[in-house]
Amino acid sequence: MTNAAATPVSGTATSKGTATTATRLIGAAALALTAFVVVSAFWLTPADAVQGESVRIMYVHVPTAWVAYLAFVVTAITSGFSLARRHRTLGFDRVAGASAEVGVLFMAMTLVTGSLWGRLTWGTFWQWDPRLTTTLFLFVTYVGYLAVRNIDTDPQRRARRSAVIALLAVLEIPLVHFSVVLWRSLHQEASVLNPDGDVRLDGLMLFTLFAGVVAFSLIYVWLVLHRQRLAALADARITTGLDAAIAARRAEAASTSGAGA
Amino acid sequence: MRRAFVVAKKDLMIEWRSRMLLVRVAPFALLVLVLFAVALDSEPLILRAAAGLVWLAMLFSSLLVVQRAFAIETDDAALDGLLIAAGEPAQVFFGKTIAAFVQLVSLAVLLVAGAIVLYGATVSASNIVLLVTTMLTASLGLASVGTLYGAAVANMNSKDSLLPLLAMPVAAPLLIGASRATEAAFGSQTIDAAAGWAWVALLAVFAVVFVSAGAAAFGTLVEAES
Repeated sequence: MTNAAATPVSGTATSKGTATTATRLIGAAALALTAFVVVSAFWLTPADAVQGESVRIMYVHVPTAWVAYLAFVVTAITSGFSLARRHRTLGFDRVAGASAEVGVLFMAMTLVTGSLWGRLTWGTFWQWDPRLTTTLFLFVTYVGYLAVRNIDTDPQRRARRSAVIALLAVLEIPLVHFSVVLWRSLHQEASVLNPDGDVRLDGLMLFTLFAGVVAFSLIYVWLVLHRQRLAALADARITTGLDAAIAARRAEAASTSGAGA
Repeated sequence: MRRAFVVAKKDLMIEWRSRMLLVRVAPFALLVLVLFAVALDSEPLILRAAAGLVWLAMLFSSLLVVQRAFAIETDDAALDGLLIAAGEPAQVFFGKTIAAFVQLVSLAVLLVAGAIVLYGATVSASNIVLLVTTMLTASLGLASVGTLYGAAVANMNSKDSLLPLLAMPVAAPLLIGASRATEAAFGSQTIDAAAGWAWVALLAVFAVVFVSAGAAAFGTLVEAES
């Protein structure tokens, strides 16, 4: 039922999926680089003198955090464009939404890997340190943004509304960060350990970390490209899907009456 | 600005005639204070947490105030008429923020009185100015954030569950600042009055930022609904 309506609507040459040559290349590069990072992170790089084996979490934690922040910056910029411009607002809106979805996913991974590392290194899953607290609020804020996007409405309305919410989030984050920093500094609790740890990075560790950042960024680009194409198909289905469905039913009626006669 | 006051007066008159604040929101806010005390079950702990609990109760109650403020506008598409009558969306935003502010200040007075009576919090004479300034600036910030996000979710199908999710993370700096400043006014050992004033400055920045942002964004948010 749904496929019958979606296929004639897509209107592009790639009716079999959302992949193009470019995304296939990006995907292959991301896969190869990720494979290298896995091998290097587990076997080639040494354990840290202070933290031991737990330092290997860093090769996932740092790239996911980087991608999450990158994704939220992209969401903010594309939301601004979507609101300011008269044309192609929906295109920018779909990139903003796709980017926020991937950002929330990677921020969740950042929080999980960070907690696991914290348990091993600090002895607790969570520290109410300014950076962690801000990150947590950032995560909840974008979960709310996605909830607004998920409400069924016409794409234009969704685009304007979610763009405003995204820009308000940009306004909120510095305030949250500043207040949390002030909050912690006035309490003066002894921190268990410097959140950065005291990791000495040798050449291969640094290179693996860098490769991880590049690999995860490629995964991000790949996911966002696919996701926004999928969103474009879903939007097209809302706006022209009804016409297509009516046309399909008419054709069906014509063919069955023709067969009957 | 005169039109904003007309909108505010309209909202407050509806509030006065329906007595919603008095019969629903105020009892709820006091109930939250009582429930915190029961849940924590330790008098020194309650006294130490008093300021934070007051502002948590304020945060929860403000959601009710804001939901009510937009429920009266979305019925019969009254918001469209209001926007036309007021001329500029920013005037409607200011008006509704003023009305929410008045209600929240009276709630804050009630809750601080509740903390003094139920939790045994004390305010020395020298700290009264700090306490009153905190209540005013924090209520203004809360009113502007609430009105802004209330407008964002008005006319949405699942607005009742969305408003807390959207507004609460944004109000986090306000919760932190108002709690710490009130703690200082209650005479805490860890925060002195000077630090309390630093938090009031943060609350003032917060209020200015969100009143301006609301005035700028309100039009886009409500036009998107119609």
